[in-house]
Amino acid sequence: MRRLSVPAILFCALTLGSFLVYRSSSTRTVKAESLRPPGERKLAPDFALKDADGRTVRLSDYRGKVVLLDFWATWCGPCRMEIPWFIEMQRENRDRGFEVLGVSMDDHGWEDVKPFLQEMKVNYRIVIGNDQTAEIYGGVESLPTTFLIDREGRIAVVHVGLTSRKDIQDGVEQLLQPESKAALDRTLLPAASVRSR
Amino acid sequence: MGAIGKVEGKRNAAVVARIPVTVEAGYHVNSNSPLDEYLIPLKVSWTAKGSLVGGELVYPKASIEKYEFADKPLSVFAGSFEIAAGFKVAADAPAGPGIAAGKLTYQACNARMCFRPATVDISIPYQVD
Repeated sequence: MRRLSVPAILFCALTLGSFLVYRSSSTRTVKAESLRPPGERKLAPDFALKDADGRTVRLSDYRGKVVLLDFWATWCGPCRMEIPWFIEMQRENRDRGFEVLGVSMDDHGWEDVKPFLQEMKVNYRIVIGNDQTAEIYGGVESLPTTFLIDREGRIAVVHVGLTSRKDIQDGVEQLLQPESKAALDRTLLPAASVRSR
Repeated sequence: MGAIGKVEGKRNAAVVARIPVTVEAGYHVNSNSPLDEYLIPLKVSWTAKGSLVGGELVYPKASIEKYEFADKPLSVFAGSFEIAAGFKVAADAPAGPGIAAGKLTYQACNARMCFRPATVDISIPYQVD
């Protein structure tokens, strides 16, 4: 018999960006070492999948919001560890333009997923993924795989495997910083002088 | 790891095939009886038994392990182990060689990630004397 061969995918949050520091108007400093610089981010592939109520959900519906796109499954222990974090992040940040969107990779679909969602009291939207969805996101061979997507629909970071809660929170917080507020920390020209030119 | 050894017997004889499995270091697979209803068990199923009948499976004793990502301990297999499959040679089996076929389904994880369920083919060569 063939040897059971588990794909040896390295666990790593893709460290794609330089060390970034943003300062918000509330003076809180957020460090997110792994976010790609905005100019290097690629557009997250769009998809259309059904939620638990049978409604079609498109990633593009979320344009303008920061999205935590989580590929997970009920049988995945590390995924299950992250879910309470995501529930809390959803509750705390929903009003700031943040949404968690879970893509379940359970082969049996809602039969397995619905009871789990009720048990865990999941407060964010879940859709059932498929091989095609996984393919357009690079295969998603291991779970959890979590994408942080900025307000322009671009992938800012990918975390493959269980990641620290702080790393995810810091990434979300950085992406939620309004550009205008970040700009306040830079030089601000009086509007009048600009108009006079 | 080598192939499954050939089993040999006369008609009506009881034979046992041993299915050797090795899980890569650092990974585990759920046992045949996970302690959590959502987990996917390791499972052998038969697709074609040829001249063999039965195929009762005896899985090894599972390890009960605690992982950081789970509140409760899990029942897992890791490293190298064997699954025994007990057959009987059919009373009307023609003498000669044959192949019994099956599938092994498993779902593997390490401490930080899990892989989607996978299936590998099993082939048991046999000889009816």
